[in-house]
Amino acid sequence: MASGTSIPIGVMTAGRTGVQRGSMRRFAQRRSTIAFLLCLPLILLIATFVVYPAIYAIYLSMLNKKMTTFVGLGNFAFLLRRHTFQLVIFQSCLFAITSVVLKAIIGFILAHLMHNIPGKNQRIWRGLLLVPWVIPLALSTLTWWWMFDPSYSAFNWVLNRFGIASVPWLGVGWIARFCTITVNVWYGTPFFMIMYLAALKSVPDQLYEAAAIDGANAVQKLFFVTLPMMRNIIAITVLFSLIVTFADFDIVRILTAGGPQDMTHVFATYAFQVGIQSGDIPLGAADSLFMFPILAFAAFFVLRGVTQRTKEIAA
Amino acid sequence: MAEVSCRKVIKEYDGGVQAVKGIDLDIADHEFVVLVGPSGCGKSTTLRMIAGLEEITSGEIWIAGDVVNDVPPRDRDIAMVFQNYALYPHMSVFDNMAFGLKLRKFPRDEIKRRVDEAARILDLVPLLERKPRALSGGQRQRVAMGRAIVRNPKVFLFDEPLSNLDAKLRVQMRTEIKKVHQTVRTTTIYVTHDQIEAMTLADRVVVMNGGHIEQVGTPQELYHHPATRFVAGFIGSPAMNFLPCRVQDAANGNLAVKVTDSIVLPVPPARADRYAKYKDKSMILGLRPEHLFEYHEQGKPGWTRVDLPVDVVEPMGMETMVHFFVDGVPVCARVDPATHAEPNEMLPLTADLNQMHLMHPETGQVV
Repeated sequence: MASGTSIPIGVMTAGRTGVQRGSMRRFAQRRSTIAFLLCLPLILLIATFVVYPAIYAIYLSMLNKKMTTFVGLGNFAFLLRRHTFQLVIFQSCLFAITSVVLKAIIGFILAHLMHNIPGKNQRIWRGLLLVPWVIPLALSTLTWWWMFDPSYSAFNWVLNRFGIASVPWLGVGWIARFCTITVNVWYGTPFFMIMYLAALKSVPDQLYEAAAIDGANAVQKLFFVTLPMMRNIIAITVLFSLIVTFADFDIVRILTAGGPQDMTHVFATYAFQVGIQSGDIPLGAADSLFMFPILAFAAFFVLRGVTQRTKEIAA
Repeated sequence: MAEVSCRKVIKEYDGGVQAVKGIDLDIADHEFVVLVGPSGCGKSTTLRMIAGLEEITSGEIWIAGDVVNDVPPRDRDIAMVFQNYALYPHMSVFDNMAFGLKLRKFPRDEIKRRVDEAARILDLVPLLERKPRALSGGQRQRVAMGRAIVRNPKVFLFDEPLSNLDAKLRVQMRTEIKKVHQTVRTTTIYVTHDQIEAMTLADRVVVMNGGHIEQVGTPQELYHHPATRFVAGFIGSPAMNFLPCRVQDAANGNLAVKVTDSIVLPVPPARADRYAKYKDKSMILGLRPEHLFEYHEQGKPGWTRVDLPVDVVEPMGMETMVHFFVDGVPVCARVDPATHAEPNEMLPLTADLNQMHLMHPETGQVV
């Protein structure tokens, strides 16, 4: 690091430009300046692709339909009064929370099963169970859509074989909701499984041995050793999945396009319908911004818990 | 409190590798037994089989008069201290110690009384509310011991509990473990690879090697009367010197061992009968460094002068280790620090042959 005394005397006396060049060099050599310069490309990327669109979306959401007049929070107030949008809020929460809870539970069970498969077989099963997560979502949802199809439904074919009447999978509100959630669970569970499996593998065997000697049975080991040791991974996985599931677009768009009677719309599909299909971009922007406070609230509490527990456990 | 017995216990892993090859061992009530041996000798496996953490391939393990082969660890009424402590990181010191009692549905008052008592014995009272991460290695080790004590089990099992601590703390904790045993008198089985730990702690030491028990005895027995070359070399620090030799008649008609042409050591009369049948046979002479010391003009019966060329001198303060080579075999002597020893000079030494051991070169048995 250059200190003040190391500036050559010639520079000091070489007039104004010389002094400027010297101070520029000092500025460039400061540790914080170098750090800032190294981070600059990333900062620019984030500013261009995250900060600017976010601010622009907020700006858009405060304009009228023709985008000529500033209407403040008018769009938000309008949306909240609309019955369809209330349905969207309900459906989004139902879709995200139910899916995440189911994914977490099934992923947890699968991870445990996987953890207990010995040796090479585990890798094969792990690979197979990851398949749903690897296939492009739009593609696999199309397959599901075909299986739910009123005329060609594979499920109905099976039901009919057993003498049960066909089910209008995507034609009735609550069943359609169930279907969208099922597809999301099918797609997202492998992510939970792989995260939980990693967490399970990181719990030292000796803790289980100590618990066994302390007198714990399998269930007690689960509640007193496994779950506390996995709490952070569970929290982060749930938060991450909650964000992704809340913002889900593909499944609902392909499976039901929001129908029947707007009963399966989530924020993203409704924003698409209002903003792009109906041409009211400010209203669409306002719609998609509703997700932000809900997710920020969840993220705050989850991450606070994670930080506390990390301090607790990290030895 | 209870006695523990192993009867022909074998542990074979998949692929036919035998870690423990049929050991028989009886441990009395209140006894402190240390299993010692090099890595892979089967000592930890034996301990884990007694704990129930490892299945037994064949044989029987008895605790307090019952065969426990098929009894899960939680029903064996044992407590174990692990090498890396295995404390629950999300629980406070108090909860770590109370966990076993809570699972066994002890009343809350009783739990508190027992944990407080153990904390007092182990000097953990001010730390009860802390989480394990806020403790030093020694403190964690004490918590792990506290967790074992509060349960008041039939048997304590220690699996190399001090190997993660620094040298100074290890000595300190060693004393503490001994003190705890003197207080609670629970039957204790302790595994270590450190022979000093074994000697200082044990009522009886079990020396294991390659899945077998080499010898069982008190520390003094092992030191003075090792049964095999392995035990003789494993117990004692620095290790015993082993020199190939030949038993032969001495000039005066007595028996002698010839190490080299210039080093012929007379066998003390008390041992002559025992060694007579090995006359004209190649054997191994075992002599501890402490029985090879500076030359004294006034010797005692059984003392013999030996002159050896000094290779390296290691002053240790209260004593000096001097290393030599005899026919390419390294030899160490423990001499008074006042002794003047210079590399490449001959140093006159006394060999106390009353303490010599003679071993069979193939079987390694001490004769």
